[in-house]
Amino acid sequence: MAPVVSPKRNYTGKLLAVEGLDGSGKSTQIYLVKRWLELEGYRVFFTEWNSSILVKKSTTKGKKRQLLTPTTFSLIHATDFADRYERQILPLLRAGYLVLADRYIFTALARDAVRGVDRDWVEQLYSFAVHPDITFYFRAPLEVSLNRILDGRPALKYHEAGLDMGWSTDPYESFRMFQGKVFAEYEAMQEKFGFTVFDATEEIHIQQAKVREFIRQKIDLPAFRRRPCH
Amino acid sequence: MPLKDRPFFGRKLPEVREAKFSGKLFAIEGADGSGRSTQIGMLSAWLEAKGYAVKHMGLRRSNLVAEELEDAKQGNVLTNTTMSLFYATDFFDQLIHEIIPALRAGFIVLADRYIYTLMARDLARGADRAWTRNLYSPAIVPDAVFYFRVSAAQLVDRNFQKNSTLDYWESGMDLGLSRDMFSSFVKFQRMLQAEFTKMQKEFGFEIINANLKVETIQRELRKKIGGQLGIGLAAQAIQPPQAS
Repeated sequence: MAPVVSPKRNYTGKLLAVEGLDGSGKSTQIYLVKRWLELEGYRVFFTEWNSSILVKKSTTKGKKRQLLTPTTFSLIHATDFADRYERQILPLLRAGYLVLADRYIFTALARDAVRGVDRDWVEQLYSFAVHPDITFYFRAPLEVSLNRILDGRPALKYHEAGLDMGWSTDPYESFRMFQGKVFAEYEAMQEKFGFTVFDATEEIHIQQAKVREFIRQKIDLPAFRRRPCH
Repeated sequence: MPLKDRPFFGRKLPEVREAKFSGKLFAIEGADGSGRSTQIGMLSAWLEAKGYAVKHMGLRRSNLVAEELEDAKQGNVLTNTTMSLFYATDFFDQLIHEIIPALRAGFIVLADRYIYTLMARDLARGADRAWTRNLYSPAIVPDAVFYFRVSAAQLVDRNFQKNSTLDYWESGMDLGLSRDMFSSFVKFQRMLQAEFTKMQKEFGFEIINANLKVETIQRELRKKIGGQLGIGLAAQAIQPPQAS
């Protein structure tokens, strides 16, 4: 493996990321963290996976017309991430913000590995990005996450269901298989990347209370109070 | 033509089960104005005349992102890593959807710039060498790479004759080398040449002196490509394309 320079942590902000399966409730939890920090008057910025405006048209087109292969799926998401990283995440960390990320590079590492892309290649692809100060991993048994999504019989999207892998023509069956493999990837990454694990089967407000307590202990919040702008 | 194992630079693409191709891949590298497209046009005509099917690839020609990449270049919003990855997406989309099937089908693929230009640009923009190498490591190794070398002064002349303006990105204006576009262009092209010189040693490019006459360069290319395909050059007159 070729050595890759890891990025300098030359910033005063803090990066908090949430990871977990679809249906783990991680987006709900990070949203509640964001509301809490905003209402308490801290400098907060929130960023979501796959949301760069620059790349959106291509991603949408690629998904709709099923043009994406494992490698280009990986690269276009890396492009999306790089755009948000270079223009928002890093500058805001430098400016001393609490940056909250709904999914971070681990989502890519897990999904791309499931699609058969070389793990080491993807890991190096994302090596320009700093690792979060805290990575919350919302962990629930696979069946729980699956049922939360599938109980409503939603219209699953092609890539979301992993239909591009051709494992099954039934979207629900394919989704189960895909999520099962993503779950295994997350489990394998836990230790390597030092995820902080939360039990995603607990009641929402109970989980949130634990998350807030954890943040209070790990981060000197008063240092992130919004500065008066006049 | 015998089947030939075509190794990847490093890692394997998950899209390719069996890396066996009956076609050939030739890459032409060089700055804007080094005469790449003229030579590629002449090579294509020659190959087709000999009965070979030809396929072209280049930069920003993928279905997936060509248009969006062009749009992004028009604004001032493209940061370094994003640009690298956007171009890499464009490259691999063409490689997977067009080039690999063409090589399997026995086409001669002429690449109007390949990973080397992309890597040289990234490196000139300060990208980490190991990172850049990793990015393109699943690419397919060409059967030959021809690097068209032209002096910076010649390049300026040729660019002005063609467009009467210098391109913002080809001039490396985003690097802040100089506020004067002309000196920025010259500096940036020199940086690219330096990167190519470094890569030349490692990848063994064929260096083509692109200051020479069109016909002379074409004869050289046909000799080298013909050699790999087993086509002789006997009694072959080379006509330069008509100036229009």
